[in-house]
Amino acid sequence: MSLHALTVAEAADGLRQKKFSSLELVQSLVDRMQKVDPRVKAFLSIDAEGALAEAKKKDASPPQGPLHGVPIALKDNLNATGQPCTCASQILKNFVSVYDATAVRKLREAGAVFLGRTNMDEFAMGSSTENSSFHPTHNPWDLERIPGGSSGGSAAAVAADECFAALGSDTGGSIRQPASVSGCVGLKPTYGRVSRFGLVAFASSLDQIGPITKNVRDAALLLNVLCGQDPMDTTSLPSPVPDFTQALKQDVRGMRLGLPKEYFVEGMDPEVEKLVRAAVAELEKQGAKIVEISLPHTEQAVATYYVIATAEASANLARFDGVRYGFRAENPHDLIDLYGKSRAQGFGTEVKRRIILGTYVLSSGYYDAYYLRAQKARTLIRRDFENAFKECDAIMTPTSPTVAFKIGEKTSSPLQMYLADIFTIAANLAGICGISLPCGFAQKMPVGLQILGPSLGEESILRVANAYEQATAWHKERPNL
Amino acid sequence: MNYETTIGLEVHVQLKTKTKMFCGCVNQYGGAPNAQVCPVCLGMPGVLPAPNEQAVRMTALTGLMLDCKISPHCKFDRKNYFYADMPKNYQISQYDKPLCLEGGVELMKECYPKDAQKDVSASKTVRLTRIHLEEDVGKSFHFEDSTGVDFNRAGTPLMEIVTEPDIGSPEEAFAFLSTLRNILLYGNVSDADMEKGQMRCDCNISVRPVGQKEYGTKIEIKNMNSISGVRRALAYEIQRQQTALAKGEKMRQETRRWDDATGTTFVMRTKEMAHDYRYFPEPDLMPIDTTVWLDEVRKGVPELPSVRKKRLMQERGLTEYNAGVIVADLELGHYFEAAASQSKDANGIANLIVNDLLRDLGAAAKSVTESPIKPADLAALVELTDAGKINSKQAKEVFAEMFQTGKKPMAIVEEKGMSQVSDSGAIEKFCEEVMGQNAKIVADVKGGNAKAIGALVGQVMKLSKGKANPAMVNEVLKQKLSV
Repeated sequence: MSLHALTVAEAADGLRQKKFSSLELVQSLVDRMQKVDPRVKAFLSIDAEGALAEAKKKDASPPQGPLHGVPIALKDNLNATGQPCTCASQILKNFVSVYDATAVRKLREAGAVFLGRTNMDEFAMGSSTENSSFHPTHNPWDLERIPGGSSGGSAAAVAADECFAALGSDTGGSIRQPASVSGCVGLKPTYGRVSRFGLVAFASSLDQIGPITKNVRDAALLLNVLCGQDPMDTTSLPSPVPDFTQALKQDVRGMRLGLPKEYFVEGMDPEVEKLVRAAVAELEKQGAKIVEISLPHTEQAVATYYVIATAEASANLARFDGVRYGFRAENPHDLIDLYGKSRAQGFGTEVKRRIILGTYVLSSGYYDAYYLRAQKARTLIRRDFENAFKECDAIMTPTSPTVAFKIGEKTSSPLQMYLADIFTIAANLAGICGISLPCGFAQKMPVGLQILGPSLGEESILRVANAYEQATAWHKERPNL
Repeated sequence: MNYETTIGLEVHVQLKTKTKMFCGCVNQYGGAPNAQVCPVCLGMPGVLPAPNEQAVRMTALTGLMLDCKISPHCKFDRKNYFYADMPKNYQISQYDKPLCLEGGVELMKECYPKDAQKDVSASKTVRLTRIHLEEDVGKSFHFEDSTGVDFNRAGTPLMEIVTEPDIGSPEEAFAFLSTLRNILLYGNVSDADMEKGQMRCDCNISVRPVGQKEYGTKIEIKNMNSISGVRRALAYEIQRQQTALAKGEKMRQETRRWDDATGTTFVMRTKEMAHDYRYFPEPDLMPIDTTVWLDEVRKGVPELPSVRKKRLMQERGLTEYNAGVIVADLELGHYFEAAASQSKDANGIANLIVNDLLRDLGAAAKSVTESPIKPADLAALVELTDAGKINSKQAKEVFAEMFQTGKKPMAIVEEKGMSQVSDSGAIEKFCEEVMGQNAKIVADVKGGNAKAIGALVGQVMKLSKGKANPAMVNEVLKQKLSV
């Protein structure tokens, strides 16, 4: 087997046993990227030189952390000192980070080597990575299709064996949905589990950093490194961080798995539904108890999300103004013109659409009707899950209602695009954790099973996901590139 | 027609914390441009704020000193507007759940402008609406063909104190700001120097004919950089508005800028140009639970000027006037207490401070902390006078010398050989000599003209080169002349 096809656990074990060097690992991934990335286009920038140099250093020094010498890719909205951080936007085209995000620092301290920066929808706004202002990314399973989004570059890179794992960020499904449609494992931790410090904010109350990996074990391994309270992020949780790999040792006997009736509705691809139901049956066979549950405010989730996320984004993105860093338009008449021109030329259509929407819902006279109502709806959605988790330990749903669509198929209809996230958005609104993992193929494209857990319930969802993964071989399928 | 004025103030106060409001940068005035900055206060992509608890506690302390209700829970909000000196293009502030609510400031008579103190009769309390905490912005510098921004001040903690429209005149506004500043200094929460921008004041002012029920049109004035500047700006604005109203003009709601050099205000922006700040709760910060540490802060509330005034009157027997003047300056109060602790004559010390020291400090443009006379030396001077070692005229001379040179009073007395003679033998000799030389006056006194004894006292003082204790001379002469 080629080194590029390894998992994080295999790479880390092999390095410890000196089966190969970090340099060899990085070199094999660089070769792989050179071979396939011109077609997949998962990366915005590849730091081959830096990664090879760092790998040599790691080989020459005694192992320090669990990821010593293991290469990892980063979504291009995570700050890493000296690296670009464009958020796939023209407004940050030549921007170079001056500090490390906490998640990046933790990976660095664990010994990881950074390969490059993965493509995304501009400022994480989108579900297909088509909103990248540089280029779209292609789904490794069918290069004419989208890899999902917004962490589409990370998912495509993992699926195409261009890296063992990548970090993504999930505001409304941006880790889980691309993992689902690209055939990877993607985990969105509970809000506050992973420090957001250094993640370029889209919607502060919804954003979470998480791993995209080739299997469930790798997700647990990375979670061990990423989680923990951070004084730089006061919304990070003080809860102790367990060894998440311990959860993988348990089977699902006696676990109660909830099926929300609102998530199996018309409009869903029947093949997707069939595969998800089959996955549920498999877990039932293993001894889990299946219970039907209700999440009555599911229908309000998309609208609620697009009010809250855009409101927060309208303020978060105000700092990109051409004054201190990033793109600045030429020849402005005055300060207001500098703002107007820099932002008009620097931001893409979808970002502008959301800034305008967010500005509108916060405006005097509209605040109560939109923002305040959305906050109330959010409370109801959160309560739905609290009630549901009284009856079950984890919730099973499809991650995405369909398989990956064709590039360009939905770009003309933002609303159609927004619906790609209907099954993932509620978890962000409720602040709970969720994972997506492969559960089969429909129309030769990967389908993802979503397992949602309560707040701080990562161990439960890892346990269920691992039990399913161990019984199936979907995660071992690789695209033919 | 007669008019009345309604004034409300919004006072911004920079807090004296070690570090900035949401990052670890030092909170210090006067560093090289952009030397006290980090990714957080520069608003780099991806940064998050982490609140400075010292700033929150200082604001709560201010609230307690000003009789406010401290909210058990408060939160931060984002105030959105674009300006080059604001790194994130939103300011983290507090909108609908401020840290402190209500409260008030009782205006101290001594805090009114000196020329207006005689007109102050009843005591007055200006009610507060709220106090909230926010972050300051950077500073723009306009050059010939460009503008530069210094972000050293960006993110430093700023407290906003908002009053009810309880202020009726420029003099009351002056008294409010002076009284408030004094309390802030007592609490050691700010240096509150308007000239350094540590305290900034926006005034809302409206003028209406006496008897009219509804308030006149509200006009905001900004850019005053001293407490007396606030007084002058308000006085100008009242005059301007009254004149306009008298001509039948309709006032327009607007913000005006005070120009200290010309002593006038001019329009900055009208109501139509007002911002929609689109406040919403700051999602990056958790609500603050003040109940955890409020009792601790309560223990740190210092003795306030009004309480200290009463104490100095009761414990030290000071007159209300002296006590008021002394507590109206925190450092002067410390100076007085340091001197009085070394003396039995607190009143003598107070008189010397209020009448002489303040006059000379004022003339020399010095603060009391820069006084050439140390409190112990001032106490020693009072002791010398009280013990009859020198007379009051000599005391003035010694005081002047002390202020000039900083020397100790005893040293000056010895140097000048002015130690007062209280030795009865020596005084008797002087008296006998003078009586011998002034037989006519002696006869006058003995003949019943008691007042003539004054002339003899004068002669004795002259003969003793002013050193004789005049009271003793008087006594000895009376004895010898049997009157």
